[in-house]
Amino acid sequence: MKPILEIRHLSIYFTQYERGFRKRRLPAVRDLSLDVRPGKIVSVVGASGSGKSLLAHSILGVLPYNSHVEGEILYDGVPLTEERLSGLRGSEIALIPQSVACLDPLMKTGAQLRKGRKDQETRERYRAALARYGLGEETEEMYPFELSGGMARRILIAAAVAEPPRLIIADEPTPGLDARSAKRILGHFRELADEGAGILFITHDLELALSVADETVVFYAGETIEKAKVTDFADPGGLRHPFTKALWHAMPEHGFTPAGGAQPYPGTVKSGCPYAGQCPKGRADCRSTEEIPLRNFRGGMVRCLHPGDGEKEELV
Amino acid sequence: MKLEVKDLTFYYPGRKERPVLEYFDLEISSGERVGLKGPSGCGKTTLCQVMAGYRKAPAGQVLLDGNPVSSLRGACPVQMVWQHPETAVDPLLRLRKTMEEAGNVETRILEELHIEEAWMERYPSELSGGELQRFCLARALRPETKFLLCDEISAMLDLVTQAQIWDFLIREADRRKLGLLVVSHNDALLEKVCTRIVRMDEKL
Amino acid sequence: MRKKAFMFMAAAVLILAAVTAGGIFLEPAAMETDFSKTNLAPSGENLFGTDWMGRDMFARTIAGLSLSIRLGLLTAAASAGIALILGTVSAVSGRKADAVVSWCIDLVMGIPHILLVILISLACGRGFAGVAAGIALSHWPSLARVIRGEIIQLCQAPYILTAEKMGVPRIQNAVRHMIPHLMPQFFTGLVLLFPHAILHEASVTFLGFGLSSEQPAIGVILSESMQYLTTGRWWLAVFPGLSLVLVVILFAMLGEQIRRLTDPASVHE
Repeated sequence: MKPILEIRHLSIYFTQYERGFRKRRLPAVRDLSLDVRPGKIVSVVGASGSGKSLLAHSILGVLPYNSHVEGEILYDGVPLTEERLSGLRGSEIALIPQSVACLDPLMKTGAQLRKGRKDQETRERYRAALARYGLGEETEEMYPFELSGGMARRILIAAAVAEPPRLIIADEPTPGLDARSAKRILGHFRELADEGAGILFITHDLELALSVADETVVFYAGETIEKAKVTDFADPGGLRHPFTKALWHAMPEHGFTPAGGAQPYPGTVKSGCPYAGQCPKGRADCRSTEEIPLRNFRGGMVRCLHPGDGEKEELV
Repeated sequence: MKLEVKDLTFYYPGRKERPVLEYFDLEISSGERVGLKGPSGCGKTTLCQVMAGYRKAPAGQVLLDGNPVSSLRGACPVQMVWQHPETAVDPLLRLRKTMEEAGNVETRILEELHIEEAWMERYPSELSGGELQRFCLARALRPETKFLLCDEISAMLDLVTQAQIWDFLIREADRRKLGLLVVSHNDALLEKVCTRIVRMDEKL
Repeated sequence: MRKKAFMFMAAAVLILAAVTAGGIFLEPAAMETDFSKTNLAPSGENLFGTDWMGRDMFARTIAGLSLSIRLGLLTAAASAGIALILGTVSAVSGRKADAVVSWCIDLVMGIPHILLVILISLACGRGFAGVAAGIALSHWPSLARVIRGEIIQLCQAPYILTAEKMGVPRIQNAVRHMIPHLMPQFFTGLVLLFPHAILHEASVTFLGFGLSSEQPAIGVILSESMQYLTTGRWWLAVFPGLSLVLVVILFAMLGEQIRRLTDPASVHE
C-alpha cells in the first residue's frame, strides 16, 4: 500500500548563540528517512535528547524559530506545505502531544474538547470518545488542575481521535500512565490502525513500542541507527546495531544489564558513528569514516560499518 | 531507622470531598527497597511529596524514627527525586553551583553515576534528561540522606540509562543501608529492584 | 540579530542620554528672551523657530525633553520600587496580605490613569513634587501583578523546593534562585514604564494640573502653543510634539528589545 507519510533525508539544524555574539549550528537530526503506511504503526524509539520529538514538530510545522530543515516530508505523495497542513491538522492529521500543559487551565475540559461547539451531535461524539478511554461524564465538568497526569493524557488522546484521522502522530503519549492504562491506550492505537490510520508513535520506551508497533526505528544522538521489524526483537541475534543490542539487554526482563557510557550531546561527534565511543566492538574506521550510510542488512536497515560482527557478513 | 506514614489524608485546599490520599499507612525500614505501584491518579506523586516534606498533609503523620519529617531543619534525611529532572534544577545556574548546594557529595558517587567533569560547567538546557537525572540522584545522595523516594525516576529515560541508574542505586542502597521507595508503573522493573511491593488502590 | 539589537540599544541609550544632558546644559538658553527675533519660522539659525518672546524653540524643546526624561526616570523607578515591594509582600506574606494588595491593585487599575495622576498631583500641591507623586503612585499595579505571579510560581518550582530540602537557608535560596529569575521581568517592566510616565507627565502638565508654566516642560510648551496655532505658527507645536513622540517610542523600543533578549522564547533569534 502507498505510504500516507514519507520522510526523505530529513535533517534539522539549530542556530544558537553561545555567550555573546558567537553563533553555532547544531545538527539535531541527521539524514532521517521513514515511511508510515495506512494500517501500520511505526515507532520511533530514542533517549531524551536524541531528537525524536523534533521529528513530530517538523511534520506539524511547529519547530522553534531558530531551526533550519533540510529534506522532504510528503503526505499522500505530495509535499506537506504549511497551507496544506493547516487544512489537514485536526481533521486528517491528529497530534497527541507530549506535554499535558496544552490544556487551557481556565476552561472546563468538556468545553475545551468541543472547541466551543455545543450541538448535541458533537457533544455525544466527544462523550463517546471519553468513555472509550474510561473517562466518565463528570470529567467534562472538571478543570485541568483537578485531573491527574494520566487523566489529562487520556483526554488529549480522546480529543485527537474523536474525529477519525488518517495519520496520528503520538509524541510520547503515555508517560505517567500506569501499565494497564498505557496498554489500553496502545490497544486503541492498534484499533485505529486496523481501521486504516497510519500511526507514528514516538517514545523513549522500547518495551511499550514493541508491544504495539509493526516496525521500529531506533534513534541515537540524532541519527537513525536501525530500522527493524518488531519480531526481530524476540532475540538479540535478530538485531543489527550494537546499541540496539545493548537496549535489548538493558530491559528489566532481559537481565537489566547496564552498558557503559552515555549518549553524546548532539554536535559533539563530528564524524563517524556516534556510538563508537561506547561500542564494545568499535574499530578505528568507526570513528574515521565521514558518513556511515544506512544500509540494508538481514531484512532491515542499519547504520553500522560492521553489523553482526563475528558472523558472516551478509551486506547487500 | 524507620520511616512511617500514619493515617495520612491529603486533599487540595477547598477540595475536602475529593481527597487524593485517605488514611494511608506505610512503613519503610533502612535497607528496604519498597516498590509502590497503582493506577495513575491514585496519589503516588503526592504521597512522595508529603513524605519528603514538600507538602503538609491536613491529617495524619510522616515520622522518621518518631519525629515528624516536616519539623526537621537543615538538610533533610528524606530526599525525593522527581520524575522530570529538568524541573528540579535551576535553569539559570551551571550545574556546579547546583551541586554545591548538596554539600560534599562523594566523588565516588559522581564517578559511579558517570557524571563527567565537563558537565559541571554546563547549563541544564545543555544536558539531556538522563544526564540531569544523574545529577539529581547525586545531589539527593548527600551523606545525610537516609531515605530516598524515587518517583518514576527512570520513566523518561532510555533503557540503557535506566539500567545504569538502577544498577548503581541498588549497590549504593546496600552499601549505605538506605531505605528506598520506588514508584514505577513498570512491573518488571519493580520485580528486579524491590525487596517488597505495595499496591495502592483506586479510591471510589 | 543579537548584534543589531545591541547596537540599537546602545544608540537609543546614547541619544536619550545626550538629550538629557543637553537639556540641562541648554536650560539657560531656553529661558533667554530676545524680543528682536520673535515668532521666527524654523531656519538655519533657529532650527525649531522662536516663540512670541523670542526664545529659541530648539533649546526649549531639548530642555523640556530633558526634564521629562529625568522626571520619567525618577517616577518609573519609584513606581517599580513600589511594585517590587507590594508584589513580594503579596506573594509571600500569606492570604490576607495577598487579598489586601490584590484589592489595591484592582482599585488603582480601575481608575483611569490620567484622572488619578491629576487628583494626586492636585492633592500634593502640583509642581514637580505633585506630578512625581501622582505618576509614581499610579503606575505600579501592572508590574506588581507580574511580580506577584512570578514569585508565586517560583515558590512552587521543584528546584526551589529541592534546594530548601537540601538545607539551603531561605534568604540564600531567594538570592540565588529567585532574584536571577525575577530581574529580567523587573527590569523590562521598569523600562516599559518610562514612556507611560513621560506621556502622562506631559499630558497632565498640558491640562494645567502639573508643572508650573515657568518651567520649560513639553506639556507647558504645547499648551502655550495652542493659542498660536490658529495664527499659523505651526512650529511651536509640531517640533516639540514630534520630539516627545520620538523619545517615547525610543523608550518603548528599548524595553521591547530588552524583553526579547531576556525572554527564553526568543533569546536565540
